Amino acid sequence: MSRILEEAITVVSAEHCKGCGLCVQACPQAVLALMSSFNSKGYHPAHYVGEGCTGCGMCFYACPEPAAITVYKKGAEYPDQEGR
Amino acid sequence: MAKLILEKPKGFCDSYERKPGDHGTTHYCPGCGHGNIHKLLAEAVEDLGIQDRTIIISPVGCSVFVYYYFATGNIQVAHGRAPAVATALKRANPHAIVVSYQGDGDLAAIGGNNILQAANRGEHITVIFVNNAIYGMTGGQLAPTSLLGMKTATTPYGRDLLNEGPPMKVVELLSSLDGPTYLERQAIMGNKYIARARKALRNALQCQIDGKGFSMVEILSACPSGWKVDPTDSYAWMEKNMLPHFQLGVTKDVRAEREPFFRTFKTLSAAEIVEQLDLAVPEPKHFPSKLQKTGYGDPSIKLAGFGGQGILSAGAMLANAGMEQGLQTSWIPSYGPEMRGGTAYCFVNLSERPIGSPTVSHPDVLMAFNRPSLEKFEPDVKPGGLLMYDSTIIDVKPKRGDIEILAVPATQMADDLGNTRMANTIMVGVYVAHTGIMSPAAIEQTLPLAIKRKNLVDANKKALRAGVDFAATL
Ligand SMILES: Cc1ncc(C[n+]2csc(CCOP(=O)(O)OP(=O)(O)O)c2C)c(N)n1
Ligand code: SF4
Ligand SMILES: [Mg+2]
Repeated sequence: MSRILEEAITVVSAEHCKGCGLCVQACPQAVLALMSSFNSKGYHPAHYVGEGCTGCGMCFYACPEPAAITVYKKGAEYPDQEGR
Repeated sequence: MAKLILEKPKGFCDSYERKPGDHGTTHYCPGCGHGNIHKLLAEAVEDLGIQDRTIIISPVGCSVFVYYYFATGNIQVAHGRAPAVATALKRANPHAIVVSYQGDGDLAAIGGNNILQAANRGEHITVIFVNNAIYGMTGGQLAPTSLLGMKTATTPYGRDLLNEGPPMKVVELLSSLDGPTYLERQAIMGNKYIARARKALRNALQCQIDGKGFSMVEILSACPSGWKVDPTDSYAWMEKNMLPHFQLGVTKDVRAEREPFFRTFKTLSAAEIVEQLDLAVPEPKHFPSKLQKTGYGDPSIKLAGFGGQGILSAGAMLANAGMEQGLQTSWIPSYGPEMRGGTAYCFVNLSERPIGSPTVSHPDVLMAFNRPSLEKFEPDVKPGGLLMYDSTIIDVKPKRGDIEILAVPATQMADDLGNTRMANTIMVGVYVAHTGIMSPAAIEQTLPLAIKRKNLVDANKKALRAGVDFAATL
């Protein structure tokens, strides 16, 4: 299932994230944060707090990990997953 | 049209087959600028439509594993030598987009001359120069670009102007050369800077796509581990320490003045290559019959004498003919710096089986062309082996009783044929005929490969026959 987004969404892959915090620092809307939980490598991964993303993509370019952040802008086709 | 989804660019491999269990992340430390630069490069390669013709060179340094990440052509090269390899790749594949990815230790220290020469030649390559002011990989030693006062593993009291000099400004340095076309310095240091670095990198690639010549982007990049700062403090660190010394911006851009140039590459057929390299062997090539007598098989041969006696050529005659006979062969020369009169050795192996080591310390066959060689190497010949020596110029007799000894008046015989320098060919003729290791015809066919002066080939064929005839009298 997928849907066309009316609001932008940033998705952080917890397993790809090394918890460096650069995306949190880069986000002009301050809608990313590091989680207090750990991923399997022992990092506190970043996550999107759920609303307020404008789809500017700053976090995408601030993130050094190729697959850790995906930014879906408004109007993008978003693959809906169970439990998101 | 702007993309609606920003995701892992297609320039990356789907899966990184580097370490078991995690095929999804890079090996870089958290917050390392290499990752950002990889992302910009992978994205540019995809967007510019050059993925199927891009070759990225992995350096030595933390980015040594670049080849695991990019779904492009890849090659990993020796420390600092990326510009030389890039030159070769580009010249041999003019259609390729060749990217030399290098750190500051790699490019500015050990590879300093390589980059200068490639830039000065205006090679049509793109260099991505990741300046993190340190040797990241090896544990934070001083780089040419480390900052004044910066404490590193090798400057524990800080870089000192009077001791290590000031940090090297590489784009400014290259800008003083006429060769380069496009040089810029940018930084991975926060949103607006990253956008500029992204643009600079694309300009540099476009420069190569357009055939305009050498382009390089120096990118200031965080090494939180080497600097011992948190990733989130690294941009402030750069602003305070790097920016005052390393000014950002374009230092050279003559793209508009450069005529596009695309090297054409002539593809030669096998026949043309043979002709150009003068490798032609006149008659049929293979000599199926191996006239091997028992006892002389699979020899390790040492030929030794003075430079100028044709020692290396004699070895080459045996090796070339051996190949034609379908034998495994090796030939290794060893000689002094003098053109004439120094020592000259060479080692030849001819074998039915793969050859382990090409060097020969205990030969089955020793061909001694002067007295010092005889005296020096006679003791090394294997028991039951064969010692041949030029009895014209060696005025002592071998001493061993457990080896076969052939005295060949090779220089005298060569003189009789009109040229003393053919003693080597005579010795080879005696050897092959006496041992039956291969057909003399194989030597004759391949003589032109070993004898560089073509007008001497016929005379050497005569010398070869003289050697073969001599062997019949033994
Ligand atoms: C010939 C040779 N000399 C030295 C080394 C050790 N060595 C490995 S990486 C490196 C420095 C790399 O620094 P840099 O190019 O700045 O890369 P970074 O790790 O900072 O990205 C050195 C000296 C080597 N591998 N090979
Ligand atoms: S040591 Fe420095 S350059 Fe190397 S991966 Fe870590 S942060 Fe990056
Ligand atoms: Mg470095």
